[in-house]
Amino acid sequence: MFDSSALLRQRFAALRSTAELFSLRHVKQSHQALSVRRNVAEPPFFSQDEGAMLTVRVNGVEAYAATADLSQAGLQRALEQAEALARQIAPHSLLDLRDQPVTNARHDHISPNFEQPVPSLADCLGLLAAESASVPKDSRLVDWQANLGLTLVEQTYLNSAGAELRHAQRFLFPGLGVTASDGQDSQSRSLGRDNFGQQGGFEIIERCGLVGAARQVADEALQLLLAPNTPSGPRDLLLMPDQMMLQIHESIGHPLEMDRILGDERNYAGTSFVKASDFGHLQYGSSLLNVTFDPTIGEELASYSFDDDGTPASKQFLIRDGLLLRPLGGALSQFRSGLDGVANSRACGWNRAPIDRMANLNIEPGDQRLEQLVQGIEHGILMRTNRSWSIDDARNKFQFGCEFGQLIENGELKGIVKNPNYRGISAQFWRNLSAVGDRSTFQVLGTPNCGKGEPNQVVRVGHASPACVFRQIDVFGGDA
Amino acid sequence: MKHTFETLVRDVRAALQAGEQFTLGYSAEQSQFVRFNHAKVRQAGEVSQASAQLRLVRDGRQAEQQVTLSGDVQLDRQRLADALAQLRQTLPLLAIDPYLRLDESAWHSHSLQEQPLPELDEVLALLDGEAGDLDLVGIYAAGPICRGFASSFGAFGWHQANSFNFDWSLFHENGQAVKANYAGQLWNADDFTERLRQAREQLGFLGRPAVTLKPGSYRAYLAPAAMDEIAGMLCWGGFSAQALATGNSALQRLYNADARLSPLVSVTEQVSGSLSPAFSDEGAPRLDVPLIQQGEAQQRLISARSAAEFELQANGADSYESPCALSLAPGNLANEQVLERLGTGLYISNLWYLNYSDLPAARMTGLTRFATFWVENGQIQGPVSTMRFDDSLYSLLGSQLEDLTREREMILSTSTYGQRSTGSSHLPGALVKGLTLTL
Repeated sequence: MFDSSALLRQRFAALRSTAELFSLRHVKQSHQALSVRRNVAEPPFFSQDEGAMLTVRVNGVEAYAATADLSQAGLQRALEQAEALARQIAPHSLLDLRDQPVTNARHDHISPNFEQPVPSLADCLGLLAAESASVPKDSRLVDWQANLGLTLVEQTYLNSAGAELRHAQRFLFPGLGVTASDGQDSQSRSLGRDNFGQQGGFEIIERCGLVGAARQVADEALQLLLAPNTPSGPRDLLLMPDQMMLQIHESIGHPLEMDRILGDERNYAGTSFVKASDFGHLQYGSSLLNVTFDPTIGEELASYSFDDDGTPASKQFLIRDGLLLRPLGGALSQFRSGLDGVANSRACGWNRAPIDRMANLNIEPGDQRLEQLVQGIEHGILMRTNRSWSIDDARNKFQFGCEFGQLIENGELKGIVKNPNYRGISAQFWRNLSAVGDRSTFQVLGTPNCGKGEPNQVVRVGHASPACVFRQIDVFGGDA
Repeated sequence: MKHTFETLVRDVRAALQAGEQFTLGYSAEQSQFVRFNHAKVRQAGEVSQASAQLRLVRDGRQAEQQVTLSGDVQLDRQRLADALAQLRQTLPLLAIDPYLRLDESAWHSHSLQEQPLPELDEVLALLDGEAGDLDLVGIYAAGPICRGFASSFGAFGWHQANSFNFDWSLFHENGQAVKANYAGQLWNADDFTERLRQAREQLGFLGRPAVTLKPGSYRAYLAPAAMDEIAGMLCWGGFSAQALATGNSALQRLYNADARLSPLVSVTEQVSGSLSPAFSDEGAPRLDVPLIQQGEAQQRLISARSAAEFELQANGADSYESPCALSLAPGNLANEQVLERLGTGLYISNLWYLNYSDLPAARMTGLTRFATFWVENGQIQGPVSTMRFDDSLYSLLGSQLEDLTREREMILSTSTYGQRSTGSSHLPGALVKGLTLTL
């Protein structure tokens, strides 16, 4: 771990610059992707990536240069490139950062069980093959896949003010998916995949529930193929955590990103229906809604001690009792807006600059068991596992779809329905939150695929949530 | 950069042991990224990156490793040697891959385009002069892009091009916006200024009072950029041989001949003449592939792996079987007649955030974004607030399709996830009799 640190420190110390501030962010990342599809192992894929971003501040103007050439000359060249660029754009710069505070913190952050060995490649492939082979033989089961992603990241941030921040993280992404088809219709059911990933060791496989799950996942895909369409009309909606994470992500996370509110993302990811003046005033949801930025749940995907700009990370309520309190804004956005934010300035790698991102964005548990949530619904539907997501550029009008639906009548779970979709408006939807599940319904989930930014970046984000009930939501099915 | 790649190929070839075969992909770029907000520079940087993707094959087994290249010959040689060693250790752990198919031909392809790009100072000065009074937000991305491929069978492909992509929006003070783009390989200040002028002109219409629509079915014109969003959805597995064979394609019913699109719809993967490399990531020469002809399914995109698995003939598709240069044939509607033919309805410049509400039915949802206007009797009345649609492709490009425009736009991908994209699409606009708005 941190094998490059001594050399990086030495090379950083030898860099020469006239900039008032400069920093180096070195990222070393390895990845292994294994998959068994329809009982055949796909070719294993490995990657090794390493590079550094040099950032300078010259007369309050910042610019960067990213390079994979980590020699002394290569780093010096990148630093000079960044410095020249900062001077070049100075007459056109939007921001004057001369007064923005600079970190000099020193800290190491390491994922739980980071050094615990993981099983060999052969054992991992064996596990996936066994799961794949457990899918029952049925001509309607046309596709299935068990997969496992393993990512190791080591990052070192050094700056000319004396900061040295390092983190070493290991991420696992287990998954299983099965598709059933009758030639006309297809229905898929999955476990994990884009909805699940955690930091840590092989205990994550157990927490995901991958081993032994294939038979049930396949059975649910077949049940969906035979199920009627989701009926249309208003119903109470019980969302399980693997759909709640998408709901939180799209209609709380993105609209609270401060760089969107400041207009940086208007050309691509979009803007927000939330205004800077709403913080401290807007009743975002019902009084049951408590949303936190929480980097302290060790296994959650975006737990860390400092963000990529060197801001210390701590748990903060963004929404408490339904009231909007603070945005997802890192040090730069806080400097620009004058609002208190969180440590969420993040980059996807060495070749992209940090911007405001979601990290761990969670809903705090309430006080009702799942049975109580169901019992409290007279005419409703339970939905599990996101499969479709669409929301407007201000993050307001949304339509989401799930893999699995189950009707609820008079407090009891009834038949399974396929193609469960629902739509609403963020600014109103959270005010319909009528019940929040307790810790027994709470799951720590996350996705490796949150896209944003120009140039584009994909980062890992964590979402932990209990099951939740929303009153009178517009629900509908598919075409056939 | 080509010399660097050739050196790496020689090194790998020299390190090969008896019975081994390899393929080596190469991807590199030097990019200038400048973000704008309020017509000022919000963030600027330069990125230099290169990577090699080595696939080792032996005794019917294969594995791949991608390594970032530092630019230092000795270090990169060592990284590839380490990758080779890891792959050698991995292969014996694997079962024989029944879907392994190698292109053993020694094809050669070479494309080099070195038109000079503008100096950043020139771009910034031009922007200051032409858009300094506007609320412009967006990104300028420019620089050389390289792709290479080589195999132990003697195949060698090289693609190198300088390109730029300036993608921006102009915002009216009321929050409405118009989107524009200037991209290509040969920068011309006059062309850029003209694009900016056209966008500024549309901005004028956005200042009119906004029109609020109720959910329902509306006559609509979808401009090429809006059609690009729909095409993007279809590229997401729609034409993939694997997705079609496993119930995961939105065009399942079309390819089963259980449904058809309008006879006006003819779609081709038109690689020749596009900006994409002439070879796939798997190392096969790409082909022009007719996908839909007069509303009926034709060929699908077939990678070597799918060819083996589903007993088909590979046709140069990438491993993920997605089009890189989708082309929709033009129709008969002249651009200058669009408003008149639309009559009363929606003029939609862009769509946003599409996804499937029912994949097997090719039913998709999404939103209007940027410069969507309400038109009455061929006259623009005012901008329309963001609306959600939810409709089937078999309706939009089937029973409800009235015409496609005679003129088409070449749209170069703005994607920069991981690296700058070389993808493109060549699309007309579409006039539809009914588009279902739901929210």
